[in-house]
Amino acid sequence: MTDKHIAAYKEEAYELLADLESSLMELEESPDDTELIGRVFRAMHTIKGSGAMFGFDDIAAFTHEVETAFDKVRNGTVRVTSGLIDVTLRARDRIRSMLDASETGEGADKAEADEIIAALRKLVASGDVSPEAETLPVPKNVKKKPTEARGPVTYRIRFRPDREIFSTGTNPLPLLQELREMGDCRVIAHTDAVPMLEEIDPEGCYTCWDIILTTDKGTNAVRDVFIFIEDSCSLNIDEIDKKELSNEEAHKRLGDILIERGDLSEQDLRKALGKQRRIGELLVEEGVVDERQIESALAEQKHVKEAREKRQGAEASQTIRVPSDRLDALVNLVGELVTVQARLSQTSASSSDAGLLSIAEEVERLTGELRDNTMSLRMLPIGTTFSKFRRLVRDLSAELGREVEMTTDGAETELDKTVIEKLNDPLVHLIRNSIDHGIEPPDVREAADKPRKGTIHLSAEHSGANVLISIRDDGAGLDAGEIRAKAVERGLIAPDAELHEKEIFSLILAPGFSTAKKVTSVSGRGVGMDVVKKAIDSLRGTIDISSTRGAGTTMTLRLPLTLAIIEGLLVEIGTEFFIFPLSAVEECVELTAAESAVSSGGHLAHVRGQIVPYIRLREQFSIGGSRPPIEQIVIVGLDGQKIGFVVDNVVGEHQTVIKTLGKVYQDIEGISGATILGDGTVALILDIPKLFVAVERQATV
Amino acid sequence: MSVAGIFETTQYLTFKLEDEVFALDISKVREVLDFTTVTKVPRTPDFMRGVINLRGSVVPVVDMRLKFGMEATEKTVNTCIIITEISLDGETTVLGALADSVQEVIDLEPDQIEPPPRIGTRLKTEFIKGMGKRDDRFLMILDIDTVFSADELSLVQGTEPVLTQT
Repeated sequence: MTDKHIAAYKEEAYELLADLESSLMELEESPDDTELIGRVFRAMHTIKGSGAMFGFDDIAAFTHEVETAFDKVRNGTVRVTSGLIDVTLRARDRIRSMLDASETGEGADKAEADEIIAALRKLVASGDVSPEAETLPVPKNVKKKPTEARGPVTYRIRFRPDREIFSTGTNPLPLLQELREMGDCRVIAHTDAVPMLEEIDPEGCYTCWDIILTTDKGTNAVRDVFIFIEDSCSLNIDEIDKKELSNEEAHKRLGDILIERGDLSEQDLRKALGKQRRIGELLVEEGVVDERQIESALAEQKHVKEAREKRQGAEASQTIRVPSDRLDALVNLVGELVTVQARLSQTSASSSDAGLLSIAEEVERLTGELRDNTMSLRMLPIGTTFSKFRRLVRDLSAELGREVEMTTDGAETELDKTVIEKLNDPLVHLIRNSIDHGIEPPDVREAADKPRKGTIHLSAEHSGANVLISIRDDGAGLDAGEIRAKAVERGLIAPDAELHEKEIFSLILAPGFSTAKKVTSVSGRGVGMDVVKKAIDSLRGTIDISSTRGAGTTMTLRLPLTLAIIEGLLVEIGTEFFIFPLSAVEECVELTAAESAVSSGGHLAHVRGQIVPYIRLREQFSIGGSRPPIEQIVIVGLDGQKIGFVVDNVVGEHQTVIKTLGKVYQDIEGISGATILGDGTVALILDIPKLFVAVERQATV
Repeated sequence: MSVAGIFETTQYLTFKLEDEVFALDISKVREVLDFTTVTKVPRTPDFMRGVINLRGSVVPVVDMRLKFGMEATEKTVNTCIIITEISLDGETTVLGALADSVQEVIDLEPDQIEPPPRIGTRLKTEFIKGMGKRDDRFLMILDIDTVFSADELSLVQGTEPVLTQT
């Protein structure tokens, strides 16, 4: 067994555990959902089975116990209770730590495992008195209690193992035996693929099987038989309607079955039947039915078959797994390509070769499409992160004695993979804060005429080139007075400083600030919000806090969609180049020397009757040289108001590959990064909101 | 007398600022470039010359003369940028250092290096790892990680004259 296989197993197991967690959380909401129970069971089964295969015997043994319990749930002998979910979640964490331990080589804590198993057994035993499940030593063939009368169902199973299946040590025959034990079973082996003796590979599998199985077990049970080799065979399990069996008259004709199985094409069948005068024609001749009716019946037959094929085709090609570093490499390459393309466009624009120009345009269009597609590869729905928080909320509210319900909105909103990854910790922190500081204990809530159960609402939505993620709770809200007093005490603001409510709220983002009166294990140590702010800053995002005393707090994170490439507007000041994020730009207007003289010092421009304040970037950035007679104002929309930035010249749109300025320049206000232009010079990317804040502060001092 | 931390023969790249010769541990040096256009980042101190395009990545450049309290570097035919890899808060960062000219790569035995004198140099002593002797001349071996340490560069954050608050 190579390390590669073990690594693959672990990766799969971690994924299954994540899936298991979200399934369990959903199961708690709807305990009777058999689909969910099946999902939990299958996850456990796979972890156990492959665990044993790859030498994780302790994991296999432990998971077996949990699986046994869930088998009973699946059979309906044990009901899903929140106690069961609790223990199963603990068991899930345990499996996870066992997996982690195998990496670090540390021994796993046996006592905790035993405790979980004991708790599980107790829970299961209270619902089911049969002791047999507890003593079964062999993981395979867990005896199942006969389920309530679901009635026998007939399945058509087409089992085509891959040629190399023997090399993984799999023997298909025991699987067939297992099927035979499940009920009335007919196995037809297809040997037509077996080649001549000279060509035969003795280690290859040339046989495939058709199995007709009538059993009272569900599809899941049938599928479970093949669970370990699902990836190395093609497997079709179709339910043949049981009504067809009970009604002997309506059993399918040989031709139909052959067609349905795909062994015979419709034309061939018709040709063959044509020779022997088929029943349809006879009927037509007799005048019972007409040709149309026969045709429509055949069409229906064909339709069903095609629909099924289409469905299977779609299922097979839905997803493909790619290691994320390959994806990152691709994104980097596209970034380089975009840079080169910009150079090509620049060069071709300055030449008079019409042919070259049209090629450059073509390349530009293709590069743009390639860029968009590549970026969309990295986009993931934020929902997976949201569902992780369900568990957090559940555990935290239990620990802190709160009753909290979490609702989500916009889980399908897509964000760049790196953004999602980096967002996890800040969001965890904000949710913790909401539960610990925001939502009051149930009694307090009741006294305040609020429902006992607090609500945390997580939502995500697109807004231009940004994504807004908000965490809203209906807790106590922030106390502006208290925050103010604390900020004065800590020397963050002067005692007589005049601040808006918003500015006061944003003080909680300052380092070392915590309003919690007592320190809990969860929060209150005063490291926190500043860490959140740092993390969001590093994603080029902002945090907005709004709160109503007694009614709750909303934290809104505004994040860029992607960290790699943006559409930018290239401008020139003196000899320097700067980039405005195009998403923020509303329009560009001219500013003549005469106009700027009229407003004499007051930096206000009249744009179609509206007054727009403007900022001279040349002054802000202390760039030397003299102003050209006609300058340009780039007008951007910022929090609903319009602000102009005066530059010498607007060059045009530019596909901007964002390069960070690195640690050295990380705290420069107003500059979020740099990009490389077609001719190799460096242009700086402006961070409009921060630049404006800096200028505003400077004006009010 | 030897210097702590230097036990074996090490190669050093020597370069000149005004008339003084400095040396850098060669393992910290990635390459040496001719002087190219440096884009100034607004609102940063003068010794932070700006950023350059190094084959597609953006690399900050520090004017070593200004950093060490000399006159700003004048561009000559010999002016070059030494690209160094330094560790900043545990992370490896690429940084360019502007120098008047690069001299040569030399081997120095541990016994050719003496601890830095407490006085007599115009640099802070913590910037200097040791004094190398070569042909009756002294050259200052720089501790480049300290020169570019977070504290030193954080001057960047504090010196925004337009933005100083009450």
